[in-house]
Formats: sequence, C-alpha cells, structure tokens
Amino acid sequence: MHDKTLVQLARALDAGEFSSRELTQHLLGRIDRLDGELNSFITVTFDQALAAADAADAIRAKGNAGPLTGLPLALKDIFCTRGVKTSCGSKMLDSFVSPYDATVVEKLRAAGTVSLGKTNMDEFAMGSSNENSHYGPVHNPWDLTAVPGGSSGGSAAAVAAGLVPAAMGTDTGGSIRQPAAFCGITGLKPTYGRVSRYGMIAYASSLDQAGPMARTAEDCALLLSAIAGHDLRDSTFVARGVPDYSGELTAPLSGLKIGLPREYFGDGLDPAVEKATREAIAVFESLGASVREVSLPHTHYAIPAYYVIAPAEASSNLSRFDGVRFGHRCDNPADLIDLYKRSRAEGFGDEVKRRILIGTHTLSEGFFDAYYKKAQQVRRLIRQDFLDAFEEVDVLMGPASPTPAFDLGANKDPVSMYLQDIYTIAVNLAGIPGISVPAGFVGDRPVGLQILGSHFTEARLLNVAHQFQQATDWHRRRPAFAEENA
Amino acid sequence: MALEHADVQRAAHLARLGLNDDEAAGYVDDLGRILEMVDMLQALDTDGVAPLAHPLDATQRLRADEVTESDQRDEFQRCAPAVENGLYLVPRVVE
Repeated sequence: MHDKTLVQLARALDAGEFSSRELTQHLLGRIDRLDGELNSFITVTFDQALAAADAADAIRAKGNAGPLTGLPLALKDIFCTRGVKTSCGSKMLDSFVSPYDATVVEKLRAAGTVSLGKTNMDEFAMGSSNENSHYGPVHNPWDLTAVPGGSSGGSAAAVAAGLVPAAMGTDTGGSIRQPAAFCGITGLKPTYGRVSRYGMIAYASSLDQAGPMARTAEDCALLLSAIAGHDLRDSTFVARGVPDYSGELTAPLSGLKIGLPREYFGDGLDPAVEKATREAIAVFESLGASVREVSLPHTHYAIPAYYVIAPAEASSNLSRFDGVRFGHRCDNPADLIDLYKRSRAEGFGDEVKRRILIGTHTLSEGFFDAYYKKAQQVRRLIRQDFLDAFEEVDVLMGPASPTPAFDLGANKDPVSMYLQDIYTIAVNLAGIPGISVPAGFVGDRPVGLQILGSHFTEARLLNVAHQFQQATDWHRRRPAFAEENA
Repeated sequence: MALEHADVQRAAHLARLGLNDDEAAGYVDDLGRILEMVDMLQALDTDGVAPLAHPLDATQRLRADEVTESDQRDEFQRCAPAVENGLYLVPRVVE
C-alpha cells in the first residue's frame, strides 16, 4: 500500500481493495517502526487520523467520495492545525496547540484527506538542510548520513520513505523544490498568491507559498486543485479562477519551447548533476520540444537580494513571539523588556536569531535605503528577467540544486549554505511557479530537474512534468530504506 | 559596510533579543560576511527602478469594514503563558 501514488490509492479505495482505516493503520505502523531513524515527524496524530479515516470510509460507503476522500498525507509543522501542536520546528512554539486551522488544512480536511501528523522542518522555515530544527535533524531515506534538504525536509523524507504518499510543504526560497530534489520526489511551488497563506506561520510574507510534495506530478495536480482558490482572509491572495489541473496533464509536448538559462549551468554546478539534468532535457526533445539557451542576467543578485528581503520580513513577522500571548515565556522576568528579551533568546535557535539580527540591522535607521530599498529594486530587475525570458520560451529548465544532498553536518558556514539555493531563490522573488521532478542520481543520491513557468502556469508545468514521468521511471525508484522495511 | 560588536548589540536590543557579550561576539563574523555578500547589490545601477514589494506588483485588497469574527477570547487565551480574568499577565509596567 505504501508504494502507491495518491491516484493509485484512490482507485484501490474505490475498488474496495482496502479501506481508508486499513491504509491509515498500515502507514501509522510504518511511521512507528521507521521514523525513529528518519525523524521526519514532529507529531503523529494517531487518534485523529483513525477518526478521519473512519469518517472517510463512511462517506465512501454512501457513494459520496471525492478524488481525495480517505487519502492519507502529512502537513509541514508550519500549518496551524486546530487542536494539534504546531511548533514550526521551534522551541518557541513547543507547547503551542493551535486554536484554528490554516486555510490549506481546512481545504484538505474538507476534501476528505486524512492527516497523519506534522512533519519536521527547519525552525520557522529557515534553512536549506533541515538541520536547524529544535527537534533534531531529519535523515535522507536514500542515505541516512545525508540531509533531506530544507526547510520542508520532513515532508520530503516522509514521502520518499513511504510513510505517507504526499505531504504539504512551503517554499520561501526553494524549500519545496530543493528537498524534493534531494529526496527524489516531486514538489511544486505555486505562483505567489495561488494558495492562501492564512494560518501558515509567516517567515517572509512576500515570498512564502504553500505547495504539494508527492511522488508524481499527477498527485501534485490533485492536491493543488484542492488547496488553490479564493480566500478573503489572506489580503495578499490573488483572486483568480482555479483551472482543472488534472485535466490538462495529458496534453502533448510537441511544439513546447524550453529555455535553458545559461546562468544555471555555470560555475559551481556539480558536473554529475549537470549531466543528469541535460539527459533529462534530452527526453523532452525526444517528446517534440525544442530547446534554446536564454539568459537571466541578474541571477547572481538573487541570493544577496533575498538575504535582505527575507530577514527583513522575518524580523517583523517574528516580533509577535514575545512571550505574552502564546509561545515560550522565560521564568521570573524582572520587567517587560526582560520578559521579551529572555523569552526570545531562549525560544529561538541560532539561525533564526541570525536572520532576525540581519533583518533588524538592514531595516534600522540609516541602512534602510542602502539595503531594503535597493534589494526591492533589484527584485524588480530579477522579475523582469523572467518576464523577458517567457516572451521567448514556454518554460525554463535547469537543476533544482547545484549538488545532490550533502552530508549531515558537512556545511557549517551560513553563507555557503545560503548559496545552495542559487537556482531556486530568484523564483520566489519573482513570484513565478516552479516544480522539481526526479531526474537521475549521483551515486545513491537523487537529482531534481527544475521546471519554471510564468505566473499562474501551474497547469502547464504539471503537464510538462507529467509527460516526463510518462517517459521516465526516476519517480518510481524507491530508496533501499523503504524497500527493506516494506 | 563592516559590522561591529556594537551594531550587533544595537540590532539585538531593537529586536528585543537578549544576547550577552559573548553571544553577540559570536554573531559579528557571520553577520559581517552575510552583509559583505549583500553588498554585491551596490554594484548594480538601479536608478529609476521602482522597488517591488509584491511579486505580482499587486496592491493589497481591502475588505468591507464589517465585523466578521466571533468572540474567541477564551479559546485564544488557552495557549497563553499567563492569563487572569480574561487578561494577559505581564510584569508590572506602571508603578
């Protein structure tokens, strides 16, 4: 059961091969046996999961099942979930039980999905390796000595290991696409504003976007259909109709124009990753697509711009964690300032403090224009690069990450860690959608192909990714860890 | 722009983040190198380029000025570290 995709599981439930309760019990058993080694979950909601599975079975018995009824998944611990601990990977929220559901959670619940729990993540989504969680690092199921990528590393590892068929992640600078690539699964970051951010604990509000992580593009389409849609509670949300993402998957790729940004194939790219990426792109040519080189000239400014904008927004967003209304509070504060300072010092980890300090510094008097305003100007140039490229081509392709998953503990320098996101970060600054699909291996470690489109072209990206997955079997490979523990 | 110990302590105070001198010293080098990387932006001519805050260049929608929420004070205060009679407790501010 744990080897099937969402679409296959839905068919099996329809055919009565097993019930949602049996499926849920099977996966809960796997989590119980295997997650000690992976650490991909922070909270497993055994009782709620079985109750939701029973409710789904009852709906199916009445003939009212929808496409997602009774299908299990997991939620990154950044999504507020009513009655369930929502820690965001932080000691600050270790005791926080959310009084409400995020819109994404509400929609998935309404669609009849069964949440098995909350997945591990870098604290407040800050990280590229999932080593910054208060709950310890997540291990990559392909190689337990490797990182799973961050910050949605728990979601990616859980899917890759067959603990759940799908999970929700969030992507602020690559946090869906990079862990999807490192764990050999499919991860979609939708257009900014496509999915409501309400109830998703904010890191950088103008960059954060929720999206699905699953084995296939077909499953991602199913999940995106469930979570996209208008939400008045998110004022940055873009009111726009939701296309039929599953309906467009089978469109042929003949005539598709693919652009390869020359900046994504330069210095710093692991030659073995480049080889796998180019071989994957050749598959598209065999499917009738044409390929040409394009340029995104401001690519190298994306990381500097991001590390002004994201920490600036984070320093503001994280000011709400002050020990007064929710979250960690220090013992015996001498006065109100002492309460704020010690609660925050005790509750936040190192990387979060680093980003709060950078953000506060760059927003402070005398520095605002030189840093924040400048970075937002550069952001417009970066976005314009993409708009210009999409005048020439339909999609862009390149590696999701310059290297495969690196070893746990291998990358201790924050600046070199930041550079890991060189191919993903500009996408968030521009707000366009991107998907990473399994496209090969370097040794035992997976490689992800990143496919980018212009704003609101998720249906096209899913179609392109699906056609690739019809022609290749990289997405069907399973780590030995999952196979040996079948 | 080089970063000094006093800059880190100033930012920490503004952010209401308690750091002792040793902890602040530990951040000086990291933050300095991050700012050095960020300083790359200064090389780019952005004269006349309007800053972009929303990636779709959209402005935030306004909603009707209507009460839409119900009273959920008790529920919201259940996760507070200290409350009394429906109020959040903090150390005395006014003597």
